[in-house]
Amino acid sequence: MAEAILFYLFAIGALAAGAQVIFRRNPIYGALSLVGALFFLSGIYVLLAAHLIAILQIIVYAGAVMVLFVFVIMLLNLKEEELGEQRITVWKGVGLAAVVASFGVIAWRALGPAFPQGALMQGDRRVDNALLVAGFGGVKTVGRILYLASILPFEVTSLLLLVAVVAAVVVAKGRI
Amino acid sequence: MDFFHAHQAQHYLVLAAMLFALGAAGVVLRRNAIIVLMSIEVMLNAVNLTFLAFSRFPLVPNSPMGSFLSGHAAVFFVIATAAAEASVGLAIIIAVFRSRTSVNVDEFDTLKL
Repeated sequence: MAEAILFYLFAIGALAAGAQVIFRRNPIYGALSLVGALFFLSGIYVLLAAHLIAILQIIVYAGAVMVLFVFVIMLLNLKEEELGEQRITVWKGVGLAAVVASFGVIAWRALGPAFPQGALMQGDRRVDNALLVAGFGGVKTVGRILYLASILPFEVTSLLLLVAVVAAVVVAKGRI
Repeated sequence: MDFFHAHQAQHYLVLAAMLFALGAAGVVLRRNAIIVLMSIEVMLNAVNLTFLAFSRFPLVPNSPMGSFLSGHAAVFFVIATAAAEASVGLAIIIAVFRSRTSVNVDEFDTLKL
């Protein structure tokens, strides 16, 4: 029951903050609500027993990435007239309809009879306790996966970050 | 589906679908490049939520412990990739803003013939 209350609290918070990101005109309000949405989502990750990912979400996303966003927004310092007119076109309507339709399909698949609900619930019951006892989602278990099973993607990710750092400097600095 | 027993995958999957639709709507509707990038971050978070939901409530109940946690590893890589994507995307926005003095994606048409 407590889990249900916390889930709905975090879910409504995340959706409300996410809606602010989309509908606020000024990007600085959008960035600050995105930080809020990321915090609510990290609460939901804790409910899913993903403790390491929840901490990483706050440190990397809400900490590092969003600071970058806020930094760029402050740097550009857009005036009210530079934010541009919000125009409504036919193609935007088509795109919005496509988004709503794809959401409907996903929700129908997740809730409808096509999704194997019985097996899932059974799996939930059978797996629940075993997972929590074994330190599920902690630093040790996830680190074991990262450094043993997926060591190659891990190293490639470090290379990707290096390339991104160099690329960001090269692109943003007009003349080197 | 039981609405008051939130501890099953369907709740998390529907929440993830809602967040993904919200982010996609932002990409479609907004013209400010920074807000488009932030909407992409929302969509990536929805995908992360799906990974974690399936890792907590696996479809195959009796698989070994490690295979549940590969969802967590995938989320780790998505977070790292999102950080790289945000840094490069924001660098591109700054570079384009320098030449066009605008962040409106409708005006970014230099690649057009």
